Amino acid sequence: MPRELPGRSMTKSYAPILVILGVSILNAVGMVVASHVLNPSRPTPQKSMPYESGMIPLGDTRARFSVKFYMVAISFIVFDLETIFLIPWAVRARELGWGPFVAVFLFVVVLAVGLVYEWKKGGLEWD
Amino acid sequence: MLLDYSSGFHYLLALAPEVVLSVAGMVVLLAGVTGKREGGPGHELGWLSLAGLAAAAVANGWLYAGVAEDGATAMIAVDRFRLFANWIFLLGAAFAVVVSLDYVARQKLQAGEYYSLILFAVVGMMFMASARDLMIVFLGLELMSIGVYALAAFNRRDRRSAEAGLKYFLLGAFASGFLLFGIALVYGATGSTNIHDVAVAVQEGTAARGLLLPGVALLAAGFAFKVSAVPFHMWTPDVYQGAPTPVTAFMAASVKSAAFVAFLRVFLVGLGDVSSEWGPILWWLSAATMVAGNLIAVVQSNVKRMLAYSSIAHGGYLLVALVAGNDTAAGGLLFYLLVYTVMNVGAFAVLIVAGNQSERGSRIEDFGGFGWRNPVLGVFMTIFLLSLAGFPGTGGFMAKLFLLQGAVEARLWVLSVILVLTTVVSYWYYLRVAWYMWMKDAPEGTAPARLAVPIAAHAVLLIAAGLVLLTGVFPGAPLELAMGAVEGLVEVVAGR
Amino acid sequence: MFLVESTLRSALAPSSALASALPAAAPQEAAHWEPFLPGLVVLLPLLGFVANGFLALRAARRSSAAVRAGKEWSPIAGSVRPRTHTLPTWIGPGVMAAAFGLAAINFATAWGAHLAEPVIAGPYWTWIATETLRIDAALQLDALSLAMTMVVTGVGFLIHVFSVGYMKDDPGYPRYFAYLNLFVFFMLVLVLGSGYGTMFVGWEGVGLCSYLLIGYWFSDVKKSDAGKKAFIVNRIGDFGFLLAIFLIFQGFGTLDFMPVSAGAAGEFAYGGTMVTAITLLLLLGAVGKSAQVPLHVWLPDAMAGPTPVSALIHAATMVTAGVYMVVRSSALYALAPTSQAVVAGIGVLTAFVAATIAFKQNDIKKVLAYSTVSQLGFMFLAAGVGAYTAAVFHLVTHAFFKALLFLGAGAVIHAMHHAVEHGDEPPAGHGHMDPQDMRNMGGLRKHMPVTWAVMGVATLAIAGIWPFAGFFSKDEIIWYAGAWAGAESNPFGGLYVAYWVLALVTALLTAFYMARLMVMTFHGANRTGPAASHLHEAPRVMIVPLVVLAVLSVLGGWLNVPEALHQTALGLFGAVPAEGLHHWLAPVVHAAEEIQAGAIGEASKSAPIGGGELAWALVSTLAAAAVVIATFRVLGRRSYATAAADPGPQTALGRFLHGKWYFDEAYERTVVQPVLAASRWCWKVVDTRVIDGFVNFTGSFTRVAGWVASVFQTGQVNMYAFVLALGVLLVLGAAVLLP
Repeated sequence: MPRELPGRSMTKSYAPILVILGVSILNAVGMVVASHVLNPSRPTPQKSMPYESGMIPLGDTRARFSVKFYMVAISFIVFDLETIFLIPWAVRARELGWGPFVAVFLFVVVLAVGLVYEWKKGGLEWD
Repeated sequence: MLLDYSSGFHYLLALAPEVVLSVAGMVVLLAGVTGKREGGPGHELGWLSLAGLAAAAVANGWLYAGVAEDGATAMIAVDRFRLFANWIFLLGAAFAVVVSLDYVARQKLQAGEYYSLILFAVVGMMFMASARDLMIVFLGLELMSIGVYALAAFNRRDRRSAEAGLKYFLLGAFASGFLLFGIALVYGATGSTNIHDVAVAVQEGTAARGLLLPGVALLAAGFAFKVSAVPFHMWTPDVYQGAPTPVTAFMAASVKSAAFVAFLRVFLVGLGDVSSEWGPILWWLSAATMVAGNLIAVVQSNVKRMLAYSSIAHGGYLLVALVAGNDTAAGGLLFYLLVYTVMNVGAFAVLIVAGNQSERGSRIEDFGGFGWRNPVLGVFMTIFLLSLAGFPGTGGFMAKLFLLQGAVEARLWVLSVILVLTTVVSYWYYLRVAWYMWMKDAPEGTAPARLAVPIAAHAVLLIAAGLVLLTGVFPGAPLELAMGAVEGLVEVVAGR
Repeated sequence: MFLVESTLRSALAPSSALASALPAAAPQEAAHWEPFLPGLVVLLPLLGFVANGFLALRAARRSSAAVRAGKEWSPIAGSVRPRTHTLPTWIGPGVMAAAFGLAAINFATAWGAHLAEPVIAGPYWTWIATETLRIDAALQLDALSLAMTMVVTGVGFLIHVFSVGYMKDDPGYPRYFAYLNLFVFFMLVLVLGSGYGTMFVGWEGVGLCSYLLIGYWFSDVKKSDAGKKAFIVNRIGDFGFLLAIFLIFQGFGTLDFMPVSAGAAGEFAYGGTMVTAITLLLLLGAVGKSAQVPLHVWLPDAMAGPTPVSALIHAATMVTAGVYMVVRSSALYALAPTSQAVVAGIGVLTAFVAATIAFKQNDIKKVLAYSTVSQLGFMFLAAGVGAYTAAVFHLVTHAFFKALLFLGAGAVIHAMHHAVEHGDEPPAGHGHMDPQDMRNMGGLRKHMPVTWAVMGVATLAIAGIWPFAGFFSKDEIIWYAGAWAGAESNPFGGLYVAYWVLALVTALLTAFYMARLMVMTFHGANRTGPAASHLHEAPRVMIVPLVVLAVLSVLGGWLNVPEALHQTALGLFGAVPAEGLHHWLAPVVHAAEEIQAGAIGEASKSAPIGGGELAWALVSTLAAAAVVIATFRVLGRRSYATAAADPGPQTALGRFLHGKWYFDEAYERTVVQPVLAASRWCWKVVDTRVIDGFVNFTGSFTRVAGWVASVFQTGQVNMYAFVLALGVLLVLGAAVLLP
């Protein structure tokens, strides 16, 4: 494992990140400030309401959702992340050879076990 | 054989216990949902988990027996330190599984998930012990913690259990953030997350101190949360009291051991050369933990909660070993963890049996006359309490003795004195339980039924009590193993 | 697999026969010898303890369950005993039989191989390992320890068997056997341990078991007090022993027997202060354990325990531990002539004092207790005059005949007890008759012929009458005392002459008080009253051990026929090999004998007032026989009053002897009362005012502090997170700002 960057070079390699950080902060703050400054402000009761679409909000915004939505959301995230791992490997699969193939295979097997569990437990059924 | 990591396969070999246990965890999980009688007592799943733990122990033994690694820089350490620690975790987990058997059945918990979570948590612990990379430390820590969060909240019908899980999760996530931030800063300072490389960078003085010291501080805070050192201990009593008792036993014993093992490797091996910077911090943490933990334990009227504070106090004693930082203290820490795991699980096991596999009957008054009603359990509980207090002839005494020896070698006079004095305080609350058990009558108005003690629980109690006495009277062999396990660990970085 | 390995090492096979650097004792045809499962000999009684202890707990649980349910339950009430009260019958004696079998195999093979150098079995594990001190759990097998093991397991087995009958109707039956097994375990650790450290473990362990068994009937305050007395008096001795161990460690850097005895002569100068201090401190330990003057007071009280316990612990084995220890340390004692003189002096004084006290005791067990103290005194005398073989010899024969006497007394008490219980009406005078008081006995020969016969054998043996065991062993001791007194350059020659005379007198006193015991118990008219019709012989399970011990009491003496008697009629004209035990033990005491021979020179060939060994042997046996016969003649005609009617001793001397030389009263005045007064003062002033005040203060302070700290424990997660963040800030601040 290479490690050659302590000391001054360190600061240098962080510099771009700092630049990006600064730019994005400036960007965000700038847009908000700009919209406040440039925007003519003529408020009416309707405009001051949330979702100024003319509807009076009904009930509390903090509604409770069925746990099923979360189940789907979590499953989605899991398999979404799987693709993030799989695609970079798939692009270079031939050059990488068997070692990474086995690794990815084990990774998929573990996920498959999770899927089987979820299935058997009834996590995929909506009713 | 000699492992050489140019082959990826050798990484799998180096991780044999972890791999075996992961597979076992998955098998238990699937068996739990494919079995015919889902929602049944789940004893067979418990035994399956035990088999998995045994298999992992065998794999661990195989590594112990004759596998060496090439060099001491790889992400996964194959050294005695890790393997000895693994044994402690596996022993603690096996005890926890056995004492859970009837609890899970009686409380109608979901056995498959319950046992597999324990196994996965142990995998996380073993990763923490084997980690020679801060990232692995973090991954192991999270794997362990997430499993334990869920376990703490496992009894859904019990509001306290849910509360415990939520509290633990929220605060744990908070603390993990600090730990991760600390890792990031250390990486920033040294250019590596590899503990060995960090050590070299720190030693050669190339690390940027402005990043390193805050990083070390945050690492310390993150670990301090996991070992529930004062003032990061606030979650402990609530979580320990609310969680199902077998889970509490598991947390108090194994989770704490894992955190200490990783704590030790990161701080003594990786950051040993800035010990003058973190030493005073840990000194104060240790002192505060010993004093506060013991003092608060004194006023508890619930035995389970008292044991929670006692576990905080023991964390303080163990921190002394980190401050001392020599071989004696490090070996003493491993020995202490072994004894502590055994005696703690033993005490909790009695609590489980006394509560008839439920959360009842843990008030101290409930123990009135307990010893005369159940002489065998009473004797066991007395042994565990004496050992926790550090009574001569028990493992707890020997363990404290070796910690003290390490502290004295490092000339930590004040800390040694605090350790001894707070131990004296601890006698009060441990022996109070024994006093209730043998000198008081049963609480009025209750007709204490005869307790059904499952044979497996009996076996655990017998083994635990035997080990406590064995390590108390003949500490030679286990101590030799523990001392051998840390030999050369601290001096791994050349020139120190 | 380091762990597995070390576990396996603690399995039972000996790992090494340690070839040590003993001086070239080079005995004749020493063959190689491998012990056979020596660890198991020690382990078996421990297993018996575990099994019986488990049963005892079961029984306790059952009876407490019955109490809870408001029912009466007694394990011995029904016609069918519960399993907790039948299994110990097999487990207790069973493990002893197995242990004895193993010991016998080892002893026989070692005897055949002319074992010359100690063999170390183990180490099974390392008990304590520091940089300077290392104590291994290992066994040392040599002539001495094997002989002791034979006695402990053999006599122990017989006493276990006897106990089956004696304790049959005791509700604590399994507890009794658990304690007894545990005692044997510790006794074996004591005699087989390879160093002073292991010996001390056994030493304390047997003390504990002795305490438990003396106070076995703990609901009787007097009996549990007797247990405490034994324990406390023994602590005084243990204190000395422990100090001696420290000094030995300081001198040798190890506590193992072999380097100590091999290096003693090189380490210490002859008669040096250090070695004298060590040996005197060791002696203090031995005096406590072996009930020598002035620490003998606990042993007679220890008779409160069940009689088989008295036989095993307080006659045959534990109390001889002091003798064993002196012989074990013979190389040290040989270097300290002053200590030797003290050892012999204490021994002979004890023998004399105890024998005189035994004159006037009426409790059958008390007579035997003082007789034991007296005989132990003889052993100390032998050890003090360098006759270590004679000490061990007398130890062995004494184990036989004294165990027999106690068990016989047990059979008598057993019968008396039954008679008293089943008697139709309470005997005249008092409501309850003491079944141990000889004044209530008399004429028992008619009712218990076998017991009478074996007790008779034992009496002849202890009186030292040819050809019984005691003749050979006691005669040898007296002879050596005389010969030692006449050694060329003995610095205390005159003193030893006095010892010799006192020993001779005591031997005759022994014959007298034993004959008196026989007369009062078995002969003359019966004084039991109407209950006498219920007297009966003991059951077979008790008789068989008695008979075996009787045989041993006859034959035991032929183990070691003196050279001088070998070819004469007293030695059956050479039919039995001479000095068998002496040759066997020679390697053990070789170091000591070499030192003695160099410093003191040859022992004399004649007694201080002339006469050879053969002549004195003849004189002493004839004199003893004459005393026995005369006693029977005189006392047999006397009529005794029963205990209730006896006004007590009339003469001043009689009262003095009956009052046991007023040792207890003297201790009461000089030690107990002052200590009590001092402790009362400490309690009233120091404790209640000073210490309690302080403790109460710290206690309440602790509680208040704990309460304050737990106030923060609100249960609110935000509070917790806040404190956590605060902690992080503190740590961070400390790390960044402090350096």
